[in-house]
Amino acid sequence: MNRVVITGLGVVSPNAIGIEKFSSAIRNGKSGITYHENLMDLNFSCCIGGVPNIPEELKNTYFSPLQLRGFNSSGILYGCIAGMDAWTDAGFAINEKSEIDYDSGTVFGAGSSGIEKFRESIYKLDEKQVRRLGSTVVVQTMASGISAYLGGILALGNQVTTNSSACTTGTEALMLGFERIQQNKAKRMLVGSCSDDGPYIWGGFDAMRVMTYKHNNSPEKGSRPMSVTASGFVPGSGAGALVLESLESALERGATIYAEVLGGHVNSGGQRNGGTMTAPNPEAVQKCIRGAMHHAGIKSAEIDIVNGHLTSTSKDGLEIKNWAKALDRSGRDFPYINSLKSMVGHCLAAAGSIECVATVLEIHKQFVFPNINCEDLLPQISELIDETKIPKKSINAPIQYAIKASFGFGDVNACVIFKKYTE
Amino acid sequence: MNNNELVNKLKTIVKPYIQDEEAFANLSENTDFITDLKINSANLVDVALDVEDEFDITIENEEMEKMLNVKAAIDIVKAKLGK
Repeated sequence: MNRVVITGLGVVSPNAIGIEKFSSAIRNGKSGITYHENLMDLNFSCCIGGVPNIPEELKNTYFSPLQLRGFNSSGILYGCIAGMDAWTDAGFAINEKSEIDYDSGTVFGAGSSGIEKFRESIYKLDEKQVRRLGSTVVVQTMASGISAYLGGILALGNQVTTNSSACTTGTEALMLGFERIQQNKAKRMLVGSCSDDGPYIWGGFDAMRVMTYKHNNSPEKGSRPMSVTASGFVPGSGAGALVLESLESALERGATIYAEVLGGHVNSGGQRNGGTMTAPNPEAVQKCIRGAMHHAGIKSAEIDIVNGHLTSTSKDGLEIKNWAKALDRSGRDFPYINSLKSMVGHCLAAAGSIECVATVLEIHKQFVFPNINCEDLLPQISELIDETKIPKKSINAPIQYAIKASFGFGDVNACVIFKKYTE
Repeated sequence: MNNNELVNKLKTIVKPYIQDEEAFANLSENTDFITDLKINSANLVDVALDVEDEFDITIENEEMEKMLNVKAAIDIVKAKLGK
């Protein structure tokens, strides 16, 4: 089976666009959460969120005027920028006339697509103006919109598809691309995920009262994973993208290798044994983590850092308990653990991929990014793991093995293991 | 409105969709939207909608099907405006 490495990264995150800026943003604990007047105007309880800042000029460097005509899909916008950046970062040129590459494909996930475009269309439809929708509605609102856009922009000739598994989407996309290369069905797979932003995607969560309404006056303090005062997640959006490549192909091209993907596991708790549509079955979470280690052929003692799902809800304590049990490590023996959501909020379908990018950067640059807003650690967490393992400030540390997991509605889990690349 | 004026208006309308600059520079009544200007066939419907907006007319499905070149477009617009 092929070894699989990461040769390109791209990210559109609420706290930074592009790998260099993102890298320094997460090292410095920079929050990307801001107050949104439009949410207040619509009577949202939670009026804060993480929205990437994309100026018009930047948009024009990625899209042609024709592509931007009638364009109204933030998820596709973020996904294309992240995907194109990752592709360029891996050393490939992007141009309209480039030849098709049958060895390269993409699995680029999404939760929904072009929800603003959908809204715009529904208004027209209800005004009996279906004939005036134009040609751009289908491609922006079909679930696979993002992979369809990227497939054409990059001339991908291998599998081009979109996966969808709620907040697990990004991490699952990585596993799907990884397996395809491992099995020699592709040499390169662009993997990642994206999420729309704004009221029409976040409204349902606000209605469930799972987003915090206590920080409308202190947006940057709102996302507080693992803390006593965590009062619900802060919605985010954006996209993360990684170019996965067979080691053979990467070495042949002399590409930069950020890290190796050793393996992972994807499963579901079946909404049984404590699991529901919205809560995880702990047994399945632990099985997923153990399964990932088994598949990667490593022991839990080797793991240097855990990138958690940790959303800043009442479930954070349970997640730590699951990690401690699955890894069979606790106290000072527990690896470092952090949650990117403290800075960018919960980017929903994009969360897994943005967080995978952050984890890979920690390996590549040998550091641990801080958990901001975690001044008041939950007692049920400090009982299990030593507080020094939850850094509040960025630290430099030798990171060989990192484990990252994402959990999603539908009781679905994905876990992946990255390793610093060595021959 | 004479044919020249119509051609000029159409030229402005199709500009965002064309993918062959040379054919666009030489646009005449004989220019075909797809084979000459290389407009993506999916965008023909957008061209028709832009024509509707510009001239404040409604183009029926059957007419839209025939609107594949500059001449056909001019004929359709003239017929509508003449009514």
